[in-house]
Amino acid sequence: MEIIIYGAINSIVFALIAVGFSLVYGVSRIPNFAHGSIYVLVGFLTWSFLNDLKMPYWAAILSSLVIAAALGLAIYRFVLMRLRGLPTSEIIASFAVSLIILEGLRMQGIAGFKGFIGPFYVLPPLIEGKILVMGVFVDYQRLIIMGGGISMLLFLWAFTHYSKMGLSLRAIAQDEQAAMMLGINSDRVAMVALAIGSALAGLAAVLILPLGNIAAEQGYRVLIYALAVCIIGGLGSWAGTILASFVLGFAMIISTSLFGALWESVVLVGTIILILLVKPSGLLGKQKELEERV
Amino acid sequence: MPAETRRKKRLDRSIKVRSEGLYGLASWREMTYLACPRVILIAGLLVLPLVLDMYWQRVLCAAGIYALLALSFDFLAHFVGLVCLGGAMFIGFGGYISGSLNEYMGWAPIVTIPIATVAGAFLSTLVLVPCLRLRGIYFAIVSFMLPLFAVYVIIALSLFGSTEGLSALATFPNSWVEQYLILVVVLVALFSVRRLVSEDIGLILRSIKDNDQAVKASGISITIYRIKAVFIASLIGCFAGAYLCHLYGWVGLSLFAMDFSILPIAATVLGGMGSLVGAVLGAFILTPLSEALRGFGQLRVVLYCLVLLCFILYKPEGLMNVLERKYHQFEKWEKV
Repeated sequence: MEIIIYGAINSIVFALIAVGFSLVYGVSRIPNFAHGSIYVLVGFLTWSFLNDLKMPYWAAILSSLVIAAALGLAIYRFVLMRLRGLPTSEIIASFAVSLIILEGLRMQGIAGFKGFIGPFYVLPPLIEGKILVMGVFVDYQRLIIMGGGISMLLFLWAFTHYSKMGLSLRAIAQDEQAAMMLGINSDRVAMVALAIGSALAGLAAVLILPLGNIAAEQGYRVLIYALAVCIIGGLGSWAGTILASFVLGFAMIISTSLFGALWESVVLVGTIILILLVKPSGLLGKQKELEERV
Repeated sequence: MPAETRRKKRLDRSIKVRSEGLYGLASWREMTYLACPRVILIAGLLVLPLVLDMYWQRVLCAAGIYALLALSFDFLAHFVGLVCLGGAMFIGFGGYISGSLNEYMGWAPIVTIPIATVAGAFLSTLVLVPCLRLRGIYFAIVSFMLPLFAVYVIIALSLFGSTEGLSALATFPNSWVEQYLILVVVLVALFSVRRLVSEDIGLILRSIKDNDQAVKASGISITIYRIKAVFIASLIGCFAGAYLCHLYGWVGLSLFAMDFSILPIAATVLGGMGSLVGAVLGAFILTPLSEALRGFGQLRVVLYCLVLLCFILYKPEGLMNVLERKYHQFEKWEKV
């Protein structure tokens, strides 16, 4: 029972982390390596708004999400837009942006900035306490993650199927040239996608981070999780992303309870390599080996 | 004069045209013109250890390591079309193999470095093979993840001294051996990769980058050639790792650190992508720069990234291509 409940929660965590990355990649074919660093940045921003500016919790969360979206917009507008169509440069540039943010957060001694190092940065949970669910104690924050994750996935599904912006996101993802012929501005759509993707990373951060403390190193781990989920599910496939987060979430919880917490990263690598060997394009990836620019 | 009424005119120097092909041997002047850049590079690198003091000699060795990594990155990215974001993996594999052979078997560096180079290259190629069947960013993503995973795996299974690493390994007999070893290897690697990409295999690799379906249609296995290319690149990288472990007499988890992945990329972009020499040159410029900023800690990584971004956005051709153009062509403004 414990495995099922915690596995489900863990899967939702993976889905929350990966869905933003998957959205950006699906629309603009840009691997947003800054995903993990925006996640951490939002954590630290919320913390500083709470503790330095003494904002109420909801205002801190909201304003840091807005900043994340603006950052995503700026990254696309000022960096990636100039490099569209140069895959090597796109990858390198987004990687560089990611490292600037992550290592910048750890920087010390410039203008009295102490750097976010050490275990002091903890976000409070939205609601304290625990509850008994089917014989297992689960704290409220995990239930909030569960609810938040599921409602976000439903919202995204509705957004991409029933709103004009969402439909144009899907149009660009399917066939960029045809979409452009119908009057959809591909740059603007990709910009919006990156903004939404960054806000989703931020949302994941404020939901998940209260479970532990915030550290800049988590950026790499989060990015790895997002990449792992997307590779296993098939890059650019949204259903695959959700399926893969459940596969990975349960695989990690099961391996942790069988062998111990240290093995989770080994399981992660093993799963990726296995999937790449057996079905290189991922579980639900539509790309054939060489047909398209995957 | 406003910008619209004039433009820059570029013409090849006549000596460039005269020294092409066999005609280069026609006179001393043409031969000097051809040999000059190569001789300056070789002589410059070989003289450096003689003029530097102890501290900067160490920096020179580090620069050589980064130069090798940059060379392997540039080769993979611009001649094979595989963007490798995990240069640290090569360093880590090479270093750990060489270090553990030295620690557990007691072999001397002269034995462990060649073994670690080859074995590390086999291992790196083996873990990268699964993503070689796909085009595009799969390789970038998997190569980015592998060094970070390697750290988790080493900690999880507490291999090779876990978080503490292995220390007190054998070092080189004196500082001349360590400097000239790396400089000679850099030069040999540089010129052999340059030769390689102009041979038949280089032609195939470049056409895989440009149009893999056409290569497939010619009955050539893409995967085999990509595996060969990755093996060559990881040979270069793993040598750098094995050398590094005996240079400092120590291996640890920081062999998988981001520095080894990002500095070579920054060096390549700074020096000029696709020129190979540019990558080496960029490493010899950036490493001393970062050494001068050692006091600032993490700021160094931020600095490389800023250099990288500025060059990739505003000067994508890089230093080497500009120099090459100045050498071969003359420019003047002319009225439109």
